[in-house]
Amino acid sequence: MRIALFATCLADTLFPQAAKATVLLLERLGHEVVFPAEQTCCGQMHINTGYQKAALPLVKRYVNTFDAYDVIVAPSGSCVGSIRHQHEMVATRYGTAGLADRAASVGARTHELSELLIDVLKVEDVGAYYPHRVTYHPTCHSLRMTRVGDKPMRLLRQVRGIDLVELPAAEQCCGFGGTFSLKNAETSTAMLADKMTNIVSTGADVCSAGDASCLMHIGGGLSRLRTGVKTVHLAEILASTESS
Amino acid sequence: MSTFLGMPATAPRGVGHLRGDQTFPAAAHDALGNSQLRRNLRHATTTIRGKSGRVIAELPDWQELRDAGSAIKADVMARLPELLEELESRVTAAGGVVHWAADANEANEIVTRLVRETGSERVIKVKSMATQEIGLNEALEAAGITPVETDLAELIVQLGDDKPSHILVPAIHRNRSEIREIFLRAMPGVDPSLTDDPPVLAAAARRYLRETFLSTRVAVSGANFGIAETGTLAVVESEGNGRMCLTLPDTLITVMGIEKVLPTWRDLEVFLQLLPRASTGERMNPYTTMWTGVTPGDGPQNFHLVLLDNGRSAVLADEIGRQALHCIRCSACLNVCPVYERTGGHAYGSVYPGPIGAVLSPQLTGVADNASLPFASSLCGACFDACPVKIDIPSLLVHLRDQAPHAAAEKAAMAAAAYTMSRPRLYASAQRAAKLARIAGRRGRGLPPPLNGWTAGRDLPEFPKQTFRDWWAGR
Repeated sequence: MRIALFATCLADTLFPQAAKATVLLLERLGHEVVFPAEQTCCGQMHINTGYQKAALPLVKRYVNTFDAYDVIVAPSGSCVGSIRHQHEMVATRYGTAGLADRAASVGARTHELSELLIDVLKVEDVGAYYPHRVTYHPTCHSLRMTRVGDKPMRLLRQVRGIDLVELPAAEQCCGFGGTFSLKNAETSTAMLADKMTNIVSTGADVCSAGDASCLMHIGGGLSRLRTGVKTVHLAEILASTESS
Repeated sequence: MSTFLGMPATAPRGVGHLRGDQTFPAAAHDALGNSQLRRNLRHATTTIRGKSGRVIAELPDWQELRDAGSAIKADVMARLPELLEELESRVTAAGGVVHWAADANEANEIVTRLVRETGSERVIKVKSMATQEIGLNEALEAAGITPVETDLAELIVQLGDDKPSHILVPAIHRNRSEIREIFLRAMPGVDPSLTDDPPVLAAAARRYLRETFLSTRVAVSGANFGIAETGTLAVVESEGNGRMCLTLPDTLITVMGIEKVLPTWRDLEVFLQLLPRASTGERMNPYTTMWTGVTPGDGPQNFHLVLLDNGRSAVLADEIGRQALHCIRCSACLNVCPVYERTGGHAYGSVYPGPIGAVLSPQLTGVADNASLPFASSLCGACFDACPVKIDIPSLLVHLRDQAPHAAAEKAAMAAAAYTMSRPRLYASAQRAAKLARIAGRRGRGLPPPLNGWTAGRDLPEFPKQTFRDWWAGR
């Protein structure tokens, strides 16, 4: 299958390993990945900070860049949530009716990685090998906006060598929340402290998630406290094999 | 030529206890450092969450009930004026007197005048968010009338000269030893050997309240529902103290927000299933009191209904924002909110705290006057899933953020980011230039605000040697 990758601005710039892993994984499964170079950012930061009008060019750019593709994937439950649930809203309010319709259509063709694997490609065992103790944080937007359900866990359970341990209070927010982490930094950190306590209690060496943004926040805290726990994107675990 | 329809050109804004003196982040700073508050909130919200989750899981049609509740409320908002007029005519026909209050000040004046006319210098009160919102107790006290809160938690708040911090459990921030101290200090006639054993504390309150119930001739309540087709008012509560207030006195004055009206008696069926399970985690509400006007020889012989706007018409005018008026004050969103659990209710500055407060309070006052509240959320979405009438609180927060005033520096940064991200080549150069930020180090010492908010508790990620885009180009 020919799959267009939306790398997301955060993975493209700061966490290229998550986007690379997405490419290598899909290619290993026998699919063709294309990366339309005109892509930048989905505009979620602008939308959620109260700048919907400023986000309109980004919404337009996303729609124009990806309208030509039948299947689009992004390694982020949060960006996919914004594309699917917010782009049409922004286009309706500040753009044109035509753009809103196209945004809804492109949004419906945009999948989060675990959704693409299970719903579209119909694969649960991706042939990965990852010999580490891992706990998984299901990010809020992947759970309650994109609604990926237990798909990431189903994929992880099939990984060979993995010691997958359940995260207590997993569905509680880590406290990132985009610019919330700056505007309400202290509350954000208080939420992070509880998330880190739960992560450390599992004895895991690795905390994984489907969003580089939440992992940047969680990883920043785990690093500051010198816990030794690493953060690794879901795509990187699924891309790992015996030979990598 | 325009025709005057009898409506003011601009709906009145809400006044009363709807905004704090500090912004949310400043108020949250104090709350986050209060270890007793953090412990109380964690314990209480975790307990209610668990209990509510268990009884909701018993209902196979919970999602259908939520849909029905949402649809009924949407219908009410679509034809609020006609429903209110129907309610008014039914209440009047049943012997009640209906008053219309544009805002908190007007409502307080009406209630104060009605109490004065009875000659009573004391009123007993049923727990009510509307009267907290308008600051009725302060207004009555200023007029020389003593209001006595009869809901146990509300009484604790009143005796402690405190403010409620939760819609359903207003004294959630207090523990039993604090409650003992408050009773010893402020409860008339309390036994000085009082212990902090919960049954002992409850017995002390009961003794004090029983005397008050039997000797007070005027009561003030709110209303959970008002049925347009019959003129029936309904109050749901757990203690029975509300029932005492609603049945014993000669005069009953009810202050009801205009959004509380329901079209028909049958609609109650949906809400009496939704509300107890979502709020207290009970299968059935313990004390449901319903009354229609005045019944000769039974219950209060004088009934007044004060219909309160206080910003609600302004909320109704926003087709998206009006969803906040669907709220049935169950507080499920507070109990699941990770922000509320850590900051408590006082940080929101309004009598409506938590996620619903963050979307309701700014709309009642006008967003510009309450601009930090729509940002007091990580948009985690737990509130939306918990809401028994499916208010899409995260989307409302995003909607209100779009109306909030922004700081000039932030506006400039956001405009620059949008400009850069609209130009892929410029964006790629900016990505490369961003690597220079490495000089800030992982601890990011010396970063300017608001970035220092990040580095106060979190390291910065290491910048990769190559962006994904560059890696792809070089394959």
